[in-house]
Amino acid sequence: MDALPPFDVVRPRSLDEVIVARAAHGESRLLGGGTDLVVNIRRGIVAPPVLIDINGVPELRTIKADASAIEIGAAVTLAEVAAHPGVARHYLVVAEAAGHIAGPTHRNMGTVGGNLCLDTRCIYYNQSEWWRAANRHCLKTTGTVCHVAPKSRSVCFATFSGDLAPALLVFDAEIDIAGPAGRRTLPLADLYIGYARQDEPVTQTRGDGKYFLALRPGEFVTAVRAKNTPGLRSAYDKIRIRRSIEYPVTGVAVALRRDGDTLADLRVAFTGTNPRPVRLSGTAALCGGPLDARVLAGLDALVRDQIMAMKTTFTPGHYRRRVAGVLARRLVQRLFEVAY
Amino acid sequence: MARLLSLTLNGRARTDAVSDNVLLLDYLREIVGLTGTKTGCDGGECGACTVLVDDRPLLSCLTLAARAEGRRVDTIESLAVDGRLSAVQRGFHEKLGSQCGYCTPGFIMASAGLLRRNPRPSEDEIREALGSNICRCTGYVKIIEAVQHAAKLCADGLSP
Repeated sequence: MDALPPFDVVRPRSLDEVIVARAAHGESRLLGGGTDLVVNIRRGIVAPPVLIDINGVPELRTIKADASAIEIGAAVTLAEVAAHPGVARHYLVVAEAAGHIAGPTHRNMGTVGGNLCLDTRCIYYNQSEWWRAANRHCLKTTGTVCHVAPKSRSVCFATFSGDLAPALLVFDAEIDIAGPAGRRTLPLADLYIGYARQDEPVTQTRGDGKYFLALRPGEFVTAVRAKNTPGLRSAYDKIRIRRSIEYPVTGVAVALRRDGDTLADLRVAFTGTNPRPVRLSGTAALCGGPLDARVLAGLDALVRDQIMAMKTTFTPGHYRRRVAGVLARRLVQRLFEVAY
Repeated sequence: MARLLSLTLNGRARTDAVSDNVLLLDYLREIVGLTGTKTGCDGGECGACTVLVDDRPLLSCLTLAARAEGRRVDTIESLAVDGRLSAVQRGFHEKLGSQCGYCTPGFIMASAGLLRRNPRPSEDEIREALGSNICRCTGYVKIIEAVQHAAKLCADGLSP
């Protein structure tokens, strides 16, 4: 009756105990809601001998959000983020992103740490063992070829699809990391190294769909936090083939500031397109004037340059890239026009 | 490693020896013998295995049994009392919210979870709360009517 291969579960009661357990079990994985990890264990994609259940660690279960700053522990559930009054009031894009993840039952289970570190996805990867074996596996598991781009030289193009990351990237969020060498803080943007450049070898600082997080062995995310920017309006939108459970075709987070008729600040970030969440660079050049055709065309050009959707889902890459541009443009226009 | 799991299942305290790698779904069906909770997609995509843990709907196919330690778990078997159907069960029965029936326990538990925290949900709130469940027969219209009917029965004093 065992649906899962054997493993042991350890239940630390403090952050220090998690660090010790993580250091003691090199191949262990942290267990939050299990909505991604348990599926991957069942599919034979990963086989950790030890799971470290972090749900009983009070330090990882705190959530604070007011007008000046937001801080969320890794084991806080997505439903808790979406329902938190301070998050909804001051960081609407974060509440909306959390409330758009999977379905309501999944959000009762899934955690912030799990969503930020969500495994990248691909139609050649998220399959059963026998399916993958029949296709001679793929680069992200034990194979030698990326079926999405067979001519790529050992570069994996699996797609990052977490929704919280883009929402937090528009606030320049930072993450707290704990590990055997102690604690450190990293800009959230630097956590994601899935650049997947065909013309560059994969290194420890510039990875791909397989090596997409800048975490060293034994390290894990303990919390994410950000400072608020006064006057910023923000929102999240995403398109899915089915409006529930389904992973995104594209998700986009926008934050902007409007001074009179001037677009004073513009921040845009995407998920579901590249092997990392992408905070669009170059948006500062679009600010300083009204939201006119020049700005919208400029936004489109930035999306075209920086959004690299490949055939990693059932919807084609070129379609996802066009959806990304349209979704961003609509959201920017809506946020600019809305009475605030 | 097996260890003792103590929980309150359908209102009764019980303790079982359960291996770390056993899912809540398999614990309920194979160890306890409560087969009302269904195995569907086995991957968190269909909601047929939905149970309530401390009144919140969870997917038992993705939850390790050990995580129910010290908690209150309610399955479809807990709803009828002395043969009398609960409000949600009557809603699904009287408004034809069930066809082949396979997804029904999951839908009923997700609906019961909704009505326990929100006894008068709007249609949008019902649609949102059932977003983690899939039905291939009904087209959902009858399911939503069933939950609306159940909410009326709750207002008349029936428990969800």
